[in-house]
Amino acid sequence: MSSPSSTTPTAELRDPRDELPEHLQALRAFAMSLTRNSAQADDLVQDTIVKAWSNIEKFQVGTNLRAWLFTILRNTFYSDRRKRKREVPDPEGIHAATLSEKPAHDGRLAMNDFMVAFDKLSPEHREVLILVGASGFSYEEAAETMNVAVGTVKSRANRARARLSEMLHLEEGEDIMGNMDATSLAAMSNSGTNAA
Amino acid sequence: MTNDMADDKSKASIKEQINQNLKRVYDQALNEDVPDRFKDLLAQLRAKEGGK
Repeated sequence: MSSPSSTTPTAELRDPRDELPEHLQALRAFAMSLTRNSAQADDLVQDTIVKAWSNIEKFQVGTNLRAWLFTILRNTFYSDRRKRKREVPDPEGIHAATLSEKPAHDGRLAMNDFMVAFDKLSPEHREVLILVGASGFSYEEAAETMNVAVGTVKSRANRARARLSEMLHLEEGEDIMGNMDATSLAAMSNSGTNAA
Repeated sequence: MTNDMADDKSKASIKEQINQNLKRVYDQALNEDVPDRFKDLLAQLRAKEGGK
């Protein structure tokens, strides 16, 4: 079934498979951003590792391994999602597990409110925001990972940010740094609770 | 300050706050311990490869 590899890795080039452990945490964090569920995220990382391992010859040594791994992970996520069709979003569990620790109480955007809004975004929007806003990827790396043009990354990120702002009632022109907004944020989270 | 200045400031501030929160969300997951199952899996894959 498995064919022996035709070439032995040369000594001077590091086998990319040896580098996989260095990317596990980032893979998991990215998987969490997409799935918002730690069990699903772990399964996704597991599938990604197996696929990466068995397709490692397709990786071009010297290029960005993390971007390559992220690509496998998100492609797996979206293809599983298409197959499953039915989605079972379960943001409650992850909130209960992770949120209680340190909400920002300095008049700024509360972490709670942010998480609720973040969960309501589409995975595509969460993906682009995490890639360009948190993972340290450049727009180019994000574009490579998502297999779209750089311009698409930028416009998708803008739409995602606008969507978040809308959900959080952060309208442009409103000074959210000011103290006036603490009450409206509080009111917002109250009404959100009632609606749920 | 003029309204325009306030607008620019708040727009940049919204983006900055969103990014700060995104980083918090991401870092939270990043700082979790990697489950042993992944290290075990890598060891298994490695063993399969080596066992020729």
